[in-house]
Amino acid sequence: MTPSVEFRGLSKAFHGNMANTDLSFKVRKGSVHAIIGENGAGKSTAMKILYGIYQPDEGEIYIEGKLWGGRQKPWSSSSDAILHGIGMVHQHFMLGGPHTVLDNILLGAEQAHWGWRWLPKALRPIDRDEARQRLESLSEQYGLKVAWDALVENLSVGVHQRIEILKLLYRDAKILILDEPTAVLTQQETNELFDHLRKLCHRGKTILMITHKLKEVMSIADRVTVFRAGKIVGEREIHKTYVEDLASLMVGRKVSLKAESPPQVVLQEPVLQVQGLSVKDFKLQEVSLQVRRGEVVGIAGVEGNGQAELLQVLLHPLEYQNRMKGVIEVVGKNIEGLNTRQIRDLGMGVIPDDRLRDALLTDRPAQENYILGLHREKPFCQAGLILDRQVEELTDQAMEEYDIRPRSRLLKADRFSGGNQQKLVIAREFFRSPKLLVIAQPTRGVDVGAIEFIHKKIFRARSEGSGILLISSELDEILALSDRILVMYTGKIIFEFNRGEVTEQALGLAMGGEARS
Amino acid sequence: MIFFKKMIYFLKPLFSVVLGLGLGLVITKIAGEDPWNVLQILLKSAFGSRYDIGMTLFYSIPLVFTGLSVALAFQAKLFNIGAEGQLAMGSIAAAAFGIYFPNIPFPVAPILASICAFLVGAVWGAIPGWLRARRGSHEVINTIMLNFIASGLTSWMTLYLFRNLDSQNPETKAVGAGYWMPHLKIFGESPVSFSIFIALFAAFCVWFFLWKTALGYEIRAVGQNESAARTVGIDSAKIRILVMAVAGGLSGLVATNEILAHAGRFRLGFSPGYGFMGIAVALLGRNKPGGVVLAALLFGALHKGTSDLDLETENVTRDLSQILQALIILCVSAEGLWSFLLESSFGFKKKKKSEIRTL
Repeated sequence: MTPSVEFRGLSKAFHGNMANTDLSFKVRKGSVHAIIGENGAGKSTAMKILYGIYQPDEGEIYIEGKLWGGRQKPWSSSSDAILHGIGMVHQHFMLGGPHTVLDNILLGAEQAHWGWRWLPKALRPIDRDEARQRLESLSEQYGLKVAWDALVENLSVGVHQRIEILKLLYRDAKILILDEPTAVLTQQETNELFDHLRKLCHRGKTILMITHKLKEVMSIADRVTVFRAGKIVGEREIHKTYVEDLASLMVGRKVSLKAESPPQVVLQEPVLQVQGLSVKDFKLQEVSLQVRRGEVVGIAGVEGNGQAELLQVLLHPLEYQNRMKGVIEVVGKNIEGLNTRQIRDLGMGVIPDDRLRDALLTDRPAQENYILGLHREKPFCQAGLILDRQVEELTDQAMEEYDIRPRSRLLKADRFSGGNQQKLVIAREFFRSPKLLVIAQPTRGVDVGAIEFIHKKIFRARSEGSGILLISSELDEILALSDRILVMYTGKIIFEFNRGEVTEQALGLAMGGEARS
Repeated sequence: MIFFKKMIYFLKPLFSVVLGLGLGLVITKIAGEDPWNVLQILLKSAFGSRYDIGMTLFYSIPLVFTGLSVALAFQAKLFNIGAEGQLAMGSIAAAAFGIYFPNIPFPVAPILASICAFLVGAVWGAIPGWLRARRGSHEVINTIMLNFIASGLTSWMTLYLFRNLDSQNPETKAVGAGYWMPHLKIFGESPVSFSIFIALFAAFCVWFFLWKTALGYEIRAVGQNESAARTVGIDSAKIRILVMAVAGGLSGLVATNEILAHAGRFRLGFSPGYGFMGIAVALLGRNKPGGVVLAALLFGALHKGTSDLDLETENVTRDLSQILQALIILCVSAEGLWSFLLESSFGFKKKKKSEIRTL
């Protein structure tokens, strides 16, 4: 049987560094094919080439035996791709909130009433009735049920995903690319999604799924291709492989999924104490937690269950003053009525989850980023004046200590790779040796080498007596770093585990709101 | 490589100016004049004598103030379209101060009047700043609205409160004799005064403030990425109000040139649009104080240079000044194109190599 998709020797470079090198693999028709790899392994790039967003530098792709694109026959865009039956669901869903489900699905593929053909295309009225009929039959066929007239913004992410898939089916996609489809889903929603995917395969659709969650690969995929540093390092049939095998392929060395934990430091006084924190119309309900010096407390949970909100309330309690209940103490001081700077000055460092949005001045040189938040602190600033020489020297020092590459303090922040950007932020937040560190998704979009480095730095901060609140949706990270794990679900903390008390599987279930050991 | 980039950085605006002027001269050709002749008239009129240079400087000074005003606001990503209203309010305030207290002696009087102009301009700038920071309404709309209000308010004050009854012109009474700034004698009869040093000092202060102080750093941080600034505890609302207030004050200082050195009174409609030209000046000067001073000089020279065209040529008038300004701005706006052309023609290969090294 001709493969549904075939990559032959595909390469792609960005600004001289190779994102993909010589990719060759085949995808069987009617199968779920998983593409796994660490962040930055080149999975997304490869899929974006298939979808027509990027042009490859070398190599070809064949769709059902026919050349779809390559150096000889470059394809131009994603609308080309959809014409050829290739559809993609992006990690961040592309839906217009205030519009109905039906309109979202039709957008870009509207069909006109037959009677209005004589009008220019852009002016033809949309035939929603016919579209609705077609969608009804599609949804029956694949068991994807959605309320067509509901507004998208009122629906959950699980439903959004269903809409995205329906969007592709409506456009007759034969090959569906799903980029990290479960990143924002609960366990239950994930299971539902997998049921749908199986149905789709039975009816002849081919599914390419990018993920880095091995457990999910084992449960849904038929075959898996492993990426590392832009290359394919292995291919496996699912029934002939196991999780540890895939993990070591991904990372490139033997990995024990259990992390070595450095010796526990004697626990000292609490640096963060949250009691009965609820915020009205915000996801938090009755959250209580405590972080002491010398421990890492991990907050596990699927994204969107209140972690981001918790961070916001810790940083900007003034903005939630009127609808907030409960007490937050940072380093023994109630932070009610304090502004962000005062709270940070109590000894709190923050590494936000979205560094480009919340931590970096992307268009300014590294040295200006390094002093952000320290710009009124002693060696950098005296009597309101910024001391350039100190800034330069200390930035150079930090770049050396945290191995930030390239070592150029004048390079703009957005010219650094994700890992180096994150190291810069970490260097900055660690500078004051804060007593409390709130760290959210510290290794998101960070390359493998940097992940290890960052984890080491977090452990070092712990042994130097910082209390660390770690918010992460990566199970591995939570399990490796945390001395205690709190599971957050729909704005509540529903479980607490000590180090070693919980398996990855049980934690995964707990994150979906289920208790089982 | 860095040197090369720096050079492009400085060359680009210059390139835009030359190209804009060139296009303008093409238009004079179409209008039926000899472009070479027009260019000579322009240069002679702007720089031909000490008096001409003085007049060029005199027109440039208000543009330095308004250009700085727009540039400073822009560093915090605020669009100050209200310099025109702010300079009117500052000027009428200086004039009113001079009319109410005519007997203050020399060095004290202009200082107090300048402070008064700065403060009233600052209030006029702070209003849209406050509205933006606390109420979220956009400063572009509000500054434009306040221009109209300032225009109406100054008209009313001129005609009903301080009217000079001895004149046919809509103007206020004169300020006291102690208010006049000393003129610079080397520029002959031209009204260039001590105000030029105030303008240069203001440019230096803005530069120092933005790039050397912690507060200036916060302003730029808010302009760059408000969300990141907020995360590290910078109060962007306060910063916005402050920036708009200082920007308004800078515009208000136009009074030092007009009221305290030239007219000695508030004349309705004295500004040929200094506030709006300030936007162009800031744009050409890349929102940097040094650039603003240079751009203001250029626009001042254009303004003065074209003023003689009415007399000396048949087919073009002083309106050419506006055409030239517009063309220069167009060329500046298309700067992305220049850098693309420059880099693709002889900088590209080198760039790629260096990028490989950095990654």
